[in-house]
Amino acid sequence: MKLLEFLKRERKKSASVAKERLQIIVAHQRSQRDQPDYMPMLERELLEVIRRYVNVDQDAINISLDREDDCSVLELNVTLPRSG
Amino acid sequence: MAKIIVVTSGKGGVGKTTSAAAIATGLALRGKKTVVIDFDVGLRNLDLIMGCERRVVYDLINVIQGEAGLNQAMIRDKRVDNLHILPASQTRDKDALSAEGVEKILDALSKDFDYVVCDSPAGIERGAQLAMYYADEAVVVTNPEVSSVRDSDRILGLLGSKTRRAEQGQDPVKEHLLITRYDPERVNHGDMLNLEDIQEILSIHLIGLIPESEAVLRASNQGVPVTHDQKSDAGQAYVDTVSRLLGEDIPLRFHEYQKKSLLSRVFGGGRR
Repeated sequence: MKLLEFLKRERKKSASVAKERLQIIVAHQRSQRDQPDYMPMLERELLEVIRRYVNVDQDAINISLDREDDCSVLELNVTLPRSG
Repeated sequence: MAKIIVVTSGKGGVGKTTSAAAIATGLALRGKKTVVIDFDVGLRNLDLIMGCERRVVYDLINVIQGEAGLNQAMIRDKRVDNLHILPASQTRDKDALSAEGVEKILDALSKDFDYVVCDSPAGIERGAQLAMYYADEAVVVTNPEVSSVRDSDRILGLLGSKTRRAEQGQDPVKEHLLITRYDPERVNHGDMLNLEDIQEILSIHLIGLIPESEAVLRASNQGVPVTHDQKSDAGQAYVDTVSRLLGEDIPLRFHEYQKKSLLSRVFGGGRR
């Protein structure tokens, strides 16, 4: 009986896996929803420029736009590899 | 002034056309003067689901381009008074669908009808955007399945930014969630997203739940919107959905798993 319970508990129900995955992807989609249309392009071009000088990964660059009352702040975060 | 309702989803094959036909039929059965428009230029199907494919003479594009009047292009439903169908063009390319043309047609229809139901094509391209652009309300059709839920969220983003109401800073488009192809048995087994989860993820108001039903294919085979099949669970669920669209408070049905009795298993009953 114990063994049966153990085996049953082992496998996570597929619906709850689906829910977790969706919550993550939807949150990501929504964070991009309010940003201006040019943001993906801006991100790509900035990455290109940085890459001319330093070899960084796609995910080493993080760009976000925060809107405050009367101005917007463009925040750019680049993780540079340790120089050898 | 008519209320303009877009039936949309992003993903294809989730039941947009079935739902648009069923909802439009339901509204007309409730005495509302209704027209349902197919926006899927090049891939029209609403005419088949409504059972009027052999009566199509002119279409949406003909009207936009001034080759036919609205009254020539609209098809009167055979079964319900007060119900008209405006078919999409089958041959022309999609660019023929212009924003000004659509606006003109919707303005004209708004004067004569209580409800204009826009059946959106799949995707988020021009046709889908035009179908939703002038909407007052949106029915977002979603299957309990990851890709459909994600695409619905994309559509919700567009409804909040790429519609006339959003662009002109009016009250936002009223968003409703319609879950279709719901299988309580699979939900019960933990192999299908349940309706609470879908609502939680999309965080919009649930307007209806249509169970997975043999009646839907039967209805499309015959070209009779499933709303007419009042013996079926899906038909009844669409009637409930329409009542809620009209502002009535109707409890949810068909979302709980009922174990089949031995008798119905033996005799194969319970098919609806």
